[in-house]
Amino acid sequence: MNLLDNRTIRVSGGILLTIAVCALAGPWISPHDYLTTDFDRQLLSPTMSGGQIFGTDELGRDLFVRTMLGIRVTLLVAVVASAVSLVIGVAYGAIAGFVGGRVDAAMMRFVDTLYALPFIFFVILLMVVFERNFLLIFVAIGAVNWLDMARIVRGQTLSLREREFVDAARLTGVSTARILLHHIAPNLIGIVVVYVTLTIPQAILVESFLSFLGLGIQEPQTSLGALVDAGVKQMEGASWSLLIPAGLLALILLCFNFLGDGLRDFFDVRHTS
Amino acid sequence: MSLLKVRELAVRYKETAVVDALSFSIDRGESLGLVGESGSGKSQTALALLGLLPRQASVSGSVRFDDTELVGAGEETLDRIRGRRIGIVFQDPMQALNPYLRIGRQLREILVRHKLARGAEINERVIDMLSRVGLSDARRQFNAYPHQLSGGMRQRVMLASALIAEPDLLIGDEPTTALDVTVQAQILELLHEIRDNTALLLITHDLGVVAGHCERMLVLEKGRLVDAGATTSLFASPGHAHTRLLLDAAPRIDRACALPPATGPSILGIEAVSVSYKAFGNEQLQAVHDVSLSLRSGETVAIVGESGSGKSSFVRAVLGLVPMRSGRAVYAGAPLEGPVERRVKAQRRDLQLIFQDPVSALDPHMRVKSIIGEPLLVHEPGLPSRARLDRVVEALGQVGLGDEYLGRYPHELSGGQAQRVAIARALVLGPKVLICDEAVAALDGSVREQVLALLRKAQEDTGLAIIFISHDLAVVRAISHRVVVLYMGRLVELSDNALLFSCPRHPYTRALIDAVPIPNPVVTPKKAPLRGEVPSLLHPPSGCAFHPRCDYVKENCKSALPTARDLQGTRVACHYADEIDLSR
Repeated sequence: MNLLDNRTIRVSGGILLTIAVCALAGPWISPHDYLTTDFDRQLLSPTMSGGQIFGTDELGRDLFVRTMLGIRVTLLVAVVASAVSLVIGVAYGAIAGFVGGRVDAAMMRFVDTLYALPFIFFVILLMVVFERNFLLIFVAIGAVNWLDMARIVRGQTLSLREREFVDAARLTGVSTARILLHHIAPNLIGIVVVYVTLTIPQAILVESFLSFLGLGIQEPQTSLGALVDAGVKQMEGASWSLLIPAGLLALILLCFNFLGDGLRDFFDVRHTS
Repeated sequence: MSLLKVRELAVRYKETAVVDALSFSIDRGESLGLVGESGSGKSQTALALLGLLPRQASVSGSVRFDDTELVGAGEETLDRIRGRRIGIVFQDPMQALNPYLRIGRQLREILVRHKLARGAEINERVIDMLSRVGLSDARRQFNAYPHQLSGGMRQRVMLASALIAEPDLLIGDEPTTALDVTVQAQILELLHEIRDNTALLLITHDLGVVAGHCERMLVLEKGRLVDAGATTSLFASPGHAHTRLLLDAAPRIDRACALPPATGPSILGIEAVSVSYKAFGNEQLQAVHDVSLSLRSGETVAIVGESGSGKSSFVRAVLGLVPMRSGRAVYAGAPLEGPVERRVKAQRRDLQLIFQDPVSALDPHMRVKSIIGEPLLVHEPGLPSRARLDRVVEALGQVGLGDEYLGRYPHELSGGQAQRVAIARALVLGPKVLICDEAVAALDGSVREQVLALLRKAQEDTGLAIIFISHDLAVVRAISHRVVVLYMGRLVELSDNALLFSCPRHPYTRALIDAVPIPNPVVTPKKAPLRGEVPSLLHPPSGCAFHPRCDYVKENCKSALPTARDLQGTRVACHYADEIDLSR
């Protein structure tokens, strides 16, 4: 069974890949850069002349290059933050759920404590302790997302642990590590993949929220969230400056959702045969 | 004329016909049994009669119920008939009762909906019906929620809801399959008594149930009707090979078996094992009290009892899956101590368990070859993968499966095949003691026979000792050397197979044996089944735990706990075992 046999995965993965390649290569091909302002060419509508196919913003900067740059940041945040929450959350939740008893209680109370921290307060705290840094966005988003993941994985592990195939493995002498790796983890994939596809849009939205508050990405750097925010201000006169980044954001989110559906089917052995 | 007339009924899902060209009829007041193995289309037939099949199913043919055509009828017509003129009882009452509504209210709805009663009369009829199905204190139970009732009580409520509208036809789809034998006997008797003039279509895999309760029977095989006729004549001379197959596969509690005696050395000694669990609050729920047992190589000891008797807890404690509160177990001279993870490898290799539900006992994400190969990987890590595969193939062959199954996932196997894979996994390391926890309960008759034969053969070949947990005494009679009877976590009787069935010493054993339906319609009906149900383990009765249900109860039983003692080759825990005569 090949990953690419699944049409949903093929199509959504293909679109995401195309967007990612454009985001990487676009700014390099385009004659413009994301920094240079041009007060003769403010709020230009999309045009083929001069290669400004997405038009320009209120400072005359080329929107195509800025959008591609924004996609890079957005995809990076989405992927890194989700990977962080995936790795920490799954490991933490699976161990808590499988070991159970006091260990489980202690581990989950720690999660509850972190939940109680106000998120924005937490981010500001990070900004104060460390200096303002692009990496902090990843840390902040990852630190919040893994909590949900840990809870979900723990719940699922608790029910898997009671399943008889786990008892069967314990009886034959399979080690705890091997049970977690070979019996619990594969059975978690379905729910984890679905949840990751939910955290990706969440991470993207949180990033744009932070950028809006001035705690995230800083001008002249940008992200899709920041571009949408800027576009909203110009939407009466220059609707393209909202529609293009918003449309791309929606397309990316949709593709991640479909990719998640496809992956869930792929990992569910019942579907593949 | 017939009440229900089915002609050329067919149910198809896309290209596959699950029921094909089925024709039969039921007269008023008649009871008809519909038997077949799983996948024979029994339940699909019932659902088709009621218009309850999913949308993807296409139904053709004709179902005439008292002049109304039901195939293709609108929801309105069906609603007038379902619940009002045809009552239904399914296997799992918890699925069919709404957990958020009091049972009285659920029964009221039927009367109100079909305008069968009004005002105060509604509640009176509901309470009357509840007491007719044997709910003690029906007035109080009227306000109970389904979860507050035991499984048997819930099935009684289902029966009440099916019968309250006084339907002309009652359809029971495996109505007693999920119940203990004693409760099954109660429900079947009830079905017989309160049916009045209602015709009965009883769908079951259990020929014993049909023999005792149906005048005529139909036999389905793969969606086709292969045999039909009066129950007595079909049992005497089956018209079709499949009927004969079903009859031969039905375990007979009324027939003794001849096993070669087990003469091997004692291998497993279990002394005074107790198990308790923490219940709500700080209450202790004691599931097993001081149960002792010894096992020889090549011997099969069966453990029987109703649900809640502590059978599973007992063996799980011995295996180290749940903690033992007190007592000890010795395997081959060395103690079995602590949780299974802390036990030495040799012990984990020699003691194996087979579960009731093979599908949940196999990891859904593993292929058959990895499932069977895993124990080898753990215990013989030096084995090259080629040799390991050979061993897996050999183990598969031992359970009668070819190597084309190696690459399959559990969901691609039938129940019987999955159970064989589970057995292969248990046998691949060459264990000395095999514990089967209801290992054949979920299997069809013919498959069950094959699995039992497999176990017997493994025993003959390797001197395997088997602890066989079952609620089915007919199966126990066919496979075991000795039998342990547990009731509420206590040993009530331990005896040789032949002795136990011919001359039980404990009234509970007698009641269990009597409750098993015998697949022979000409056997005279037995005496009334055991009363009541197993009490809560949190509040066990004083004295002998069995006294509230015992026919021979005396004053002493209510206060003094009987201890197990030896009585003419039987170990029995009853004050009056030597006074009462239970043989017949």
